[in-house]
Amino acid sequence: MSVRARVFRRRVRSMVLTGVVAGLCALAVLPLLFILGDLVAKGASSIDWSFFTRNPAPAGESGGGVANAIVGTGIIVGLACLIGLPIGIGAGIYLAEYGSGRLGWIVRFVADVMNGTPSIVVGIFAWTFIVKPVGRFSALAGGVALAILMLPMIARTTEEMVRLVPHSLREAALALGYPRWRTSLTVIVRTALSGIVTGCLVAVARIAGETAPLLFTALGNLNFSTSLTQPMQTLSLQIYVYATGPFDEWHRLAWAAALVLMGLVLVIALLARWVTRQRYGAS
Amino acid sequence: MRKTLWLSTLIGLTLAAPAAAQVRLTGAGATFPNIIYQKWILTYNARFDNVEINYQSIGSGGGIRQFSDKTVDFGGTDAPMTDSAIAAIGGNVLHLPTVLGAVVPTYNLPGVAGSVRFTPALLADIFLGKVTRWNDPRVAAANPGLTLPATDVVVVHRSDGSGTTYVWVDYLSKVSEEWQRRVGRGTSVNWPVGLGGRGNEGVAATVRQTPGAIGYVELGYALITKMGVGQVQNRAGTFVTPSLESVTAAARGAMATMGPGTDFRVSITDPAGPQAYPIASFTWLLVRKEYPDPVKARELARFIWWSVTEGQVHAPDLGYAPLPGEMQPWIETRLKTVSAGGRAVWAPRPAP
Amino acid sequence: MLSGAGGPGEVRLAVPGPTGTPPPAAAPVIPLQGRNRADRAYQISLTALALALPLLLVVLVGELATNARPAIERFGWRFLWTSVWDPVAEVYGAAPMIFGTLASSLLALLLAVPLALGVAIFLTEFAPRWVRQPVAFLVELLAAIPSVVYGLWGIFVLIPFLRSAVVPPLKATLGWTPFLEGVFYGNSLLAGGVILAIMIVPYIAAVSREVLLAVPASQREAALGLGATRWEAVWTAVLPYGRAGIIGAIMLGLGRALGETMAVTMVIGNRHDIGISVLQPAYTMAAAIANEFSEATTNLYLSALFEVGLILFVVTVVVNALARLLVWRVARGAALGSRAL
Repeated sequence: MSVRARVFRRRVRSMVLTGVVAGLCALAVLPLLFILGDLVAKGASSIDWSFFTRNPAPAGESGGGVANAIVGTGIIVGLACLIGLPIGIGAGIYLAEYGSGRLGWIVRFVADVMNGTPSIVVGIFAWTFIVKPVGRFSALAGGVALAILMLPMIARTTEEMVRLVPHSLREAALALGYPRWRTSLTVIVRTALSGIVTGCLVAVARIAGETAPLLFTALGNLNFSTSLTQPMQTLSLQIYVYATGPFDEWHRLAWAAALVLMGLVLVIALLARWVTRQRYGAS
Repeated sequence: MRKTLWLSTLIGLTLAAPAAAQVRLTGAGATFPNIIYQKWILTYNARFDNVEINYQSIGSGGGIRQFSDKTVDFGGTDAPMTDSAIAAIGGNVLHLPTVLGAVVPTYNLPGVAGSVRFTPALLADIFLGKVTRWNDPRVAAANPGLTLPATDVVVVHRSDGSGTTYVWVDYLSKVSEEWQRRVGRGTSVNWPVGLGGRGNEGVAATVRQTPGAIGYVELGYALITKMGVGQVQNRAGTFVTPSLESVTAAARGAMATMGPGTDFRVSITDPAGPQAYPIASFTWLLVRKEYPDPVKARELARFIWWSVTEGQVHAPDLGYAPLPGEMQPWIETRLKTVSAGGRAVWAPRPAP
Repeated sequence: MLSGAGGPGEVRLAVPGPTGTPPPAAAPVIPLQGRNRADRAYQISLTALALALPLLLVVLVGELATNARPAIERFGWRFLWTSVWDPVAEVYGAAPMIFGTLASSLLALLLAVPLALGVAIFLTEFAPRWVRQPVAFLVELLAAIPSVVYGLWGIFVLIPFLRSAVVPPLKATLGWTPFLEGVFYGNSLLAGGVILAIMIVPYIAAVSREVLLAVPASQREAALGLGATRWEAVWTAVLPYGRAGIIGAIMLGLGRALGETMAVTMVIGNRHDIGISVLQPAYTMAAAIANEFSEATTNLYLSALFEVGLILFVVTVVVNALARLLVWRVARGAALGSRAL
């Protein structure tokens, strides 16, 4: 075959395979569009004011809402942040500042191991460690379980963000006479702050949708509750119960609750992006 | 050590929260009565401001387990605790019946007019996996008037520990020697065939979404989802439709064996009685004889008393049968034995 | 204070690493030996916070192991290949769950890897600039969808779709193979595998993308300079360089799939059974724990479930560790500008 023909064949093959790759990419994105579309199509019509302000109705009856679930999600996620953020960020800063030794290696390895832990395993751990000894299901136990999931995520992203800060900043601060702790806290971490915040927001978005660890910790609540020492309902638990149930009313509410949850997650994810954009825009 | 730490955290948080006048009770367990329990609980919570009750349907197995582990104040179960399980918690349990229900074979056969009839042997064969198509001669033999499609039989059972399962397999064990030998009784068994659904809710949902499926659920679930409900042949040979009357007839027969001193752990499957439905059951609330907190114990006792008296009026609409009236004084006697700190907590609600 | 720094003296300039490459090594500062109490306090408090992680891991594994002990002692290694799960007879074997976990994850990988690699290659090599951000964002969004929402969609949209539009043609063409034997009930290994595939695509894609971005431009340019078409440059120069990293990315996806709970338990059928046909219901370790944990009526039953949790934990840890090792090797190789792995 002539060289020109061969080159032509190769070019055609390149174009075809480029098309195949583009097609695969489109196929990968397709389910997302379907899911989002279905959420809106099946859920939006059920969302009205009473949906947000009412509590669940008895099984099979109509007219219920997810007020307790929305508040519950907020409280449990808030609890998890309260516990997980300080420890996670602290661990991350440690890894970036002092983490080049053996202890740092161990902590980093542990964080990676825990990042891969299935959330259901964390759930059963939380049941034996908290629920059973104390003798009750509680929002606190749920918050702790979610915090355990958040910790390694935040530690690693914080470490990476702090490491990205140029050495010159550190050395300039030290040269100007700042003690090490002050350099670390007010110069390095401050510079990395928007990245750290992004990492935290991403972690929050992840755990806001978690269900498995809450099954054996927060249990779920028919009533509106803000008590940390009582079981609590969350959007994710509500969706699980309603989706696997037989009542049409429940299915309708499940779609709407899923839309609300997805909206929440989206808002947090967009917020995370916006924080980073601000940083680059300002500099 | 660990427990003290957590307890102190919890106590601290409880104290930090604004003091509510509310008594909060948490229960978990059977999905069988969940429809009526939610109705009772939400009605009761709305009516009496000082109490807030929460119940989560996680299965009778869950109710027994969490009750035994003391993570909930009361449990719900349709499978009575075994003697060894009761001994394991030092006998600190009362079984109080709340309502009666029927476990019905529910199926998804669009286009089949009329109710499918099941003989005991047929039910056992289906759930043993020996009958695989709906137009099998064994099914046709029990249903001479029906034309049945050639669809595959899809068995749906419980994937969680279930009292409804217990009632179902208790019945199958009584009527089928092969079932008794191969599978046996329990809240969770080694099912020969079938898909698993979580809770009565999950089984009803799976049956509803799977053409050709057959599962077992409490009557209320089948009524709400409008799936087919089968007739079951009882010991007297009659094909009985599950209904309030036939369930109450089943309970009547059992009443003869119970007296005021009963502990209520009675199985009423496969009863004698011409109109009795063969797969009916009490459902119980598990209550401790001795509670640490007298206020909570009293409110719990009041709720249970309300359920077995005023609450019974809701039962027929939701597919459950009310308790026979003769049981009320027996239950009252039991409630009066619930104590905290050595003293009985029972006190009727003060007049408003 | 650095020695010699009394004014604008010897200050080492450290060049920050370019974005997209692995972050530079930790600051090579001479650690101050606690001359300053505030410094020591800072270091100690950070260390204490950091130590929470290993402590937590030890406690977690300890609890799992302690609670699993009764079952381990009772069943030994047989637990891994016994296929009977009988709470009445108190015989527990995790083989069906282990099989289901591996089978569903494998099926998920089979479906997800081509898609994810397609995304990664397309976005790094072929996509015009204006397409990259939005498509990358969409793929990331897939990772943000909670598992229970996937499950909801799986029950009401995916399974009817499979039942009406996917399984009949599959059975018509490939029904003779043992993989497609039997009746399709809806809740099945197939549904579980497909849902998992959709869920892990973003993870594999994101890491693969980073791996491909870490490949030095010189590799691609050299190939193009030698006359390769765009595709050939990618296939012969870029991909082999990043091969280990891509395998690592795939393993990371596998690690995610192994531990996924909610979406799987809502569509897989929850049946303790081993079967080759993807149309049959199955069970995974995570789904079994979710369904049966809160109600395991006897101590042995509960202990058996803890053992399942322990096995799941160990398997995911090993897979994730291997994955990170592979990805790290590529990252390190790229930073050193070294030979292809």
